Amino acid sequence: MNNGVHGLSITDYLLMLPMLELAIFALGILLIDLMIPRRWKWLNAAGALAGTLFAAACVWRIQSALPPRGLLGFYNSLLVDRFAIYFWYLFLAGTAISILISAVYLHVEDEHRGEYYAAMLLSVVGMMCMAAGIDVVLMFVGLQLMVVSLYVLVGFLRRERRSKSAFKYMLHGALSSGIFVYGLSLFYGFSGGTNLATIARWSSGLNAQNPVAGMNPHNPVVMIALFATMTGLLFEIGAAPFHRRIAGAYEHAPTSAAAFLSVVAMLAAWALLLRVLLYGLWSLRLVYIPVLIFVAIASLTVGNIAALFQTNTKRLLACSSIAHVGYMLLGLVAVGTSQIGSAGFVEGFKGVLIYLIAYTLMNLGAFAVITSLRQGDVIGDQVDGLAGLYRRAPLEAVLMLLFLLSLAGIPPTAGFLGKYYVFQSLFEGKHYALAAVGLVYSLFGLYFYLKIAYGMFKRVPKDTVRLRVDTALRCAIGVTALATLVIGIYPTPVVNAVNWTLAIQQSRHASAVPK
Amino acid sequence: MLPIATFHYLAVAAALFVLGVVGVLTRRSVLVSLLSIELILNAANLNLLAFSHMWGNLYGQVFAIFVTVIAAAQVIVGLGIAIAFLRSPNTSLRTSIGTSPDQT
Repeated sequence: MNNGVHGLSITDYLLMLPMLELAIFALGILLIDLMIPRRWKWLNAAGALAGTLFAAACVWRIQSALPPRGLLGFYNSLLVDRFAIYFWYLFLAGTAISILISAVYLHVEDEHRGEYYAAMLLSVVGMMCMAAGIDVVLMFVGLQLMVVSLYVLVGFLRRERRSKSAFKYMLHGALSSGIFVYGLSLFYGFSGGTNLATIARWSSGLNAQNPVAGMNPHNPVVMIALFATMTGLLFEIGAAPFHRRIAGAYEHAPTSAAAFLSVVAMLAAWALLLRVLLYGLWSLRLVYIPVLIFVAIASLTVGNIAALFQTNTKRLLACSSIAHVGYMLLGLVAVGTSQIGSAGFVEGFKGVLIYLIAYTLMNLGAFAVITSLRQGDVIGDQVDGLAGLYRRAPLEAVLMLLFLLSLAGIPPTAGFLGKYYVFQSLFEGKHYALAAVGLVYSLFGLYFYLKIAYGMFKRVPKDTVRLRVDTALRCAIGVTALATLVIGIYPTPVVNAVNWTLAIQQSRHASAVPK
Repeated sequence: MLPIATFHYLAVAAALFVLGVVGVLTRRSVLVSLLSIELILNAANLNLLAFSHMWGNLYGQVFAIFVTVIAAAQVIVGLGIAIAFLRSPNTSLRTSIGTSPDQT
């Protein structure tokens, strides 16, 4: 491992191989797109898919050579540990499914351009930096690479209303990242370094009531720094007081971009949030846990109540994703209020990670079904468009029912498993009131998900023509549905994977910080 | 004469930050919003440079360079999207973005 005095070694480059490879694929797609004729444009999607598969192979290679505590690289700014590997796999899986959805959607919209896939792959490079960054500079650059690419994806269909909504999305995103970097600059001022390890060492000194520094966690400037940083993080995961941009962006973005944005980008934001709050600022948890409780309850309330009144399916999924963020934050509260390595800590962390897998699968599946309704000149993003789906496409309707049940958290689906672990961690930590709030809001969720399901099976469709579903979309729906069901029935492999991930997380918290 | 210490830089940066946030939240014109975003990022930059001087290390300056580059990238994409909806004849760079019927 290099200590910053010598130059970079080959290990550093091997650690960033998946990102390097994805960036090369993104640039290659941009070039190849110029050379191929119109009817061969699907090659862009195939190239992007091949890129994610190659990257997954690189990640697998790194994983098989990884020491249990992970590897530091690039002058201690990149930490590839099990946590990072776990998220890298999730990003790549989510991206592969999003590419399948995009290929079909862009074909229908007749906007099949290579830039779309290039922006997608570049944003995955940014996400990987966020998940593996241990230096706030790398994390911030990764975050910006991700969000700037997302602005391009959201505004990809250049029509006036859509562009206006994309501009607002961009403006809110830029505001949040500005506030985030202001918070980070203050943390640099307190600790004298940009590495999370340095910041963690500084913040653990605060709790010891260090009289020389004359600062404690409740110092107003520390609070400003903490809240500014948290604003940026909570904005990116789309939690409640900062949710306003989401619904409009989902509605006006291409459906395939909305799927990517709501799932893969949120995964990356969660990776960043967990790393910053549970590692860098762990010692300040007494200050931020009340904020997290407030945000979790606000997200559950706003998401579930607003979802009752939506007539647009994409907006409905936006509201449901706000609610899901609320459940995951409840898991995070359980993590933050228990001792490292105790049952509440492990169960809560496990709950968040499993919930993220379940959310990825079921949300991508639901978006894939909505994309299949976009045919010719039918927009198909109204809830009424799903009415009578069973008569038009029986298989898709049954699979959509599976996704809806999973979103509502009914066994035997992946969504149930995620909620199960989150609630169990709340019971372990004796947060009975929070668990009760979560359960009550689950009932709200059940109502509006089952209302859609009722419409799909019982109502008569306006348009009785059988739905033609493209093969790529069938693959996407099939894979996500199968995984949702299998994880619900036989969760052992996923639980094992999460246990494997957490082995390092616990030991890293328990032991001294690296560097 | 009062020497200029780190605190003074931080005060200016805090003022710039507040101006920027207020600007984005209250002003609805495309151009002013983008300028306000720049104010926020430059407030962070000023902080970073002041702290870098205070600590005597270069981490802050390196971070500031990255923030500058990111600000440029953000504005380029932002203006690109803005131009996409400003193409229609009755709009200009001072057009409000907040009066459309889809207020979310």
